[in-house]
Amino acid sequence: MNGEELTEQETALYDRQIRVWGADAQRRLSKSHILVYGMKGTIAEFCKNIVLAGVGSLTLVDDRDVSEEALSANFLIPPDESVCRGKTLAELCCDSLREFNPMVRVSVEKGDLASLGAEFFDKFDVVVISCCSLATKKLINEKCRKLSKRVSFYTVDCRDCCGEIFVDLQKYNYAKKKTDGTTESELQYPSFQEAISVPWKSLRPKVSKLYFAMRVIERFEEAEKRKPREISIEDLPAVLKLKKELCEEQSLNESHIPDTLLERLVMGAKEFPPVCAIIGGTLGQVNSSSVYFLVFFFNVRQPSLIYVEH
Amino acid sequence: MDTIEVSNLNRQFLFRQSHVGQSKAKVARDAVLRFRPHISITPYHANVKDSNFNVNFFKQFNVVLNGLDNLDARRHVNRLCLAAEVPLVESGTTGFLGQVTVHVKGKTECYECQPKPAPKTYPVCTITSTPSKFVHCIVWAKDLLFAKLFGDKNQENDLNVRSNDSCSSSENKNNVFERSDDEDWEQYGRRIYDHVFGYNIELALSDEETWKNRTKPRPMYSRDVLPDKMTQQNGNADKTDDLSPASAMASLGLKNPQDIWCLMENTRVFLEALKLFFTSRKKEIGNLSIAGNIVHAVATTNAIVAGLIVIEAIKVLKKDGCYRMTYCLEHPSKKMLLMPVEPFEPNKSCCVCSQTPLSLEINTHRSKLRDFVEKIVKAKLGMNSPLIMCGLALLYEVGDDLEKDMIENYTANLEKVLSELPSPVTGGTMLTVEDLQQEFTCNIYIKHREEFDEEKEPDEMVLSGWTQAPPEKKDDKTSNGNGASTSKKDIEVKEISDGTASPGKKRKLPEFSEGCTLDQSNDADETMNHKKIQKLDDDDDDLVMLDHWGKDTSKKQRSQ
Repeated sequence: MNGEELTEQETALYDRQIRVWGADAQRRLSKSHILVYGMKGTIAEFCKNIVLAGVGSLTLVDDRDVSEEALSANFLIPPDESVCRGKTLAELCCDSLREFNPMVRVSVEKGDLASLGAEFFDKFDVVVISCCSLATKKLINEKCRKLSKRVSFYTVDCRDCCGEIFVDLQKYNYAKKKTDGTTESELQYPSFQEAISVPWKSLRPKVSKLYFAMRVIERFEEAEKRKPREISIEDLPAVLKLKKELCEEQSLNESHIPDTLLERLVMGAKEFPPVCAIIGGTLGQVNSSSVYFLVFFFNVRQPSLIYVEH
Repeated sequence: MDTIEVSNLNRQFLFRQSHVGQSKAKVARDAVLRFRPHISITPYHANVKDSNFNVNFFKQFNVVLNGLDNLDARRHVNRLCLAAEVPLVESGTTGFLGQVTVHVKGKTECYECQPKPAPKTYPVCTITSTPSKFVHCIVWAKDLLFAKLFGDKNQENDLNVRSNDSCSSSENKNNVFERSDDEDWEQYGRRIYDHVFGYNIELALSDEETWKNRTKPRPMYSRDVLPDKMTQQNGNADKTDDLSPASAMASLGLKNPQDIWCLMENTRVFLEALKLFFTSRKKEIGNLSIAGNIVHAVATTNAIVAGLIVIEAIKVLKKDGCYRMTYCLEHPSKKMLLMPVEPFEPNKSCCVCSQTPLSLEINTHRSKLRDFVEKIVKAKLGMNSPLIMCGLALLYEVGDDLEKDMIENYTANLEKVLSELPSPVTGGTMLTVEDLQQEFTCNIYIKHREEFDEEKEPDEMVLSGWTQAPPEKKDDKTSNGNGASTSKKDIEVKEISDGTASPGKKRKLPEFSEGCTLDQSNDADETMNHKKIQKLDDDDDDLVMLDHWGKDTSKKQRSQ
C-alpha cells in the first residue's frame, strides 16, 4: 500500500497488531523491503510472521531443490511431488507465502547471493541470511554496511534444539521518553566480523556456552571448507581438538564449552520445528535494544532465550 | 465453536480471507492436512462445555493442549482433565506477553491452584446514580441499558433504580422501552436516549444532597446533540443486503474503528445501531451477545508460545518429568527473554484438585438461592450444570432429563431465601455443590451474617477458604478479570487467562529518526546501555526454583 494513510482493508486486517505497536509503526512496516536467504524451517517461520504483519515486500533467495530435510521442518513446502518438481525452495516458499497475505509482494531472486552487487542490496531495508558460511556472513554484512542507506542485517541459524541470531542495525538513533523529557540515544552496532573477534575472555563472564560452541563449529567448517552444516559425528574428534586450540588461544577455560554440547551440534544439523517457531518468532521481534547476539538453547528440559549484550 | 473473522487473519495463518465466516475447527484441520496429510484430525465445531465432552471423552487423550480465550472454559477443561487424569498444557498470549504452563494431576498445581481474580463487581447504586469511573459507564451500558433493550424483558433490571425512587411509577418507566408497532425507529431511539440521558439525569439532579461534593451531571437531549433527523425513511426501507453484516458504522460511513467518536457521532451510532438491530433480517441476531474484550495480538508471540507448547507436550508424551512453566517477558530479565520455572506442587488449599471445603458468609434471611447459584456456584466456582444438596435433600439441579414437577420445584426454590427453603439453610449448615460433568464436588459451610459493606461486599456474600487472589496493585481501569500476578523476585509476571493483559496499556514506541523498519519494539529499557555485568546462570541446565506462595527465596540448583 503506497498511500500515506492505512487503507480500510489494512485497518481491518491489522487491527489486533496495530493495538500493539500503533498505526505509525504499521505504516512504516508496510513500506519496508526485506531480503531473505536460506529457506529453512526457521526462516520459513520468520517469513510467515512478517508477511502476516504486512511488510511492503519480501524477496526470497534459495536455488536449492527440495529435500527430505526441507520437508521435515519447512511447513511452506507442500508434500506433493508433482507440485515440487522443477521448482526451487525459494519458488515453492514464495507460492505459499503469497497466500498468507495478498497485500505483500513476495518474489524470488535467483543466483548466488554473494556475487550480487551493492546496487542489489540497496533495494532493501532489512537483510536476513541463514545457512551461510562464516565467509559469506562477513561478506554480505560488509556489503550492507558499505551502503549509504542504512540496511539492517541479521543472521539466524538453528541446529538441533539450539539457535543463534546476530543483529547489526549499524548506527541506530532513537529517542527515549523519560519522566523529565526525551533523550536522544545512539547505538553503534558492531559488524559481524567485529562481534566474533571480541576476545572470549573479555566477554562478560557467564556468556552462554552455546555462543562459544557455535564459534568453534563455525571455525571448523571454515577451516575444512565445508558448506554450512556439512558436518557429522566423524568430525567430532577434530572439532574437539579445534576447541582445545581455540580455548588456549583465547585463554578460556575449556569447561566453558562442554564436549557434549559440541557433540550435539555436530550430530544434529537438522532443525526441530518447535524451536524454529520460537526462534523465527523472536527474530521477528528483535528490536532496538542493544542486543546483538542472541543464543538459544532448548534442552527439551529447559527452554531459555539468553542473549549477549553489547 | 468460533468462526473465522477478518481480524484473526493477521496471526491465525491457517485461515484465509475466503474462509471468513467458516468454522475454525474445520478449516484448521483442512489446512494442516495440506502439509501433513497423514495425521488423523477430528474437528468439532462445538462448545467445549457441551455435555458430550465428558470425562470419558477426555480419557481418550494422552495430552490436552488448550487454546481458549476465556477463564470459564479453561476452568471447565481443567476439571475434566483432572477427572480424566490427562495432563493439560495451558497457554495464553497478549501482545508481546505470553506463557505456557503444564498441569499434571497429583504432580503439579492444577490450573486453578493459583487464583485468577474474578471480575470486579460494582454496587448498583454507584452504577445507576453516582458513577465516577470510566468502567462504571461500561458496566451501566452492558449490564443495564443493553440488557434492558435487547435482553430478557422479564429479567429484573436496575436501570431505573434511583437513590430515592420511591414515588415514581414503575409502569411508566417500562413503557418507555416499549415501541409501538408503527413508531418511527429514530423516534423510538431518541425517546430512549432522552429518557436515560435526559430525564433520568434531571431526576438525579433533583436530589441536592447527592451532588454536594460531586460534580453534577449534565442532562442531554438528542435534539440538542443531533437536531436534524437522520433519515427520512421509516422502518425497513434501507436494508443492507443479506450478505454483509449489519453495521451501524458501515451504514453511517464511519470507516476507521480506531477513531474516537465525538458526542454527535456517538449519538448517530446509537440510533442507527438500534434501528439495525430490530430491522435486520440477519439470523445471527438471535444469538446476540455483547462483544468480548478485544485482545491485541501479533503473530510472533503466538509462534513463540506455540513452539513452547509443543516442547512441553513432547515432554508429557515422553513422560519426561521435567516440565517447565515458561513466561515470555516483555523486558529481558537476567539476560533472559523467556523465563522457565519449575512447576509447583499441588496447592493443598485448592478446592478443585485438593477438594478442600469452603465457607460462605451470607445473610440466610435475605439472600435467595438464586443469588447463591448465580454468584457463587456459577460465577465464583465456575460450575456449569450444578447440583445443590443440603444433606440428602436436593435443593436445585440443572439437567436435560428433569421431570416437570422437579423443575417447578427448583424454580420455586430459587426465589426463596435460604432459611425458608424446604430444607432450611442457616448458620451451621453444610451444602454440597457438584457439577457432574466436571466431576467437581465442593462442600460449603454456611455462616450467617447480618450486615455487609455495600462498597466492598456488594454481593452480600463472602466466600473463604477459596484461594483468594492477591489484592490488585494497579488502579482498576478495566472491569474484567485478568491473570493472577505472581511476583517472582523483581520481575512481575502476569498470567494471561482470558486473553486480556494488563489494563489498557497502549504501547509507547520510542520515536525513531529515519530508517528503522521492523518496528515491533518494546520500550527500550532505560538501563540497557549502561548495564553492568550481570551474572548469567552458568550452567544452561540451572533451574530457578521459587518457594511456594510468594516467599521470595530462590535457590539455584544444578539439575541431575
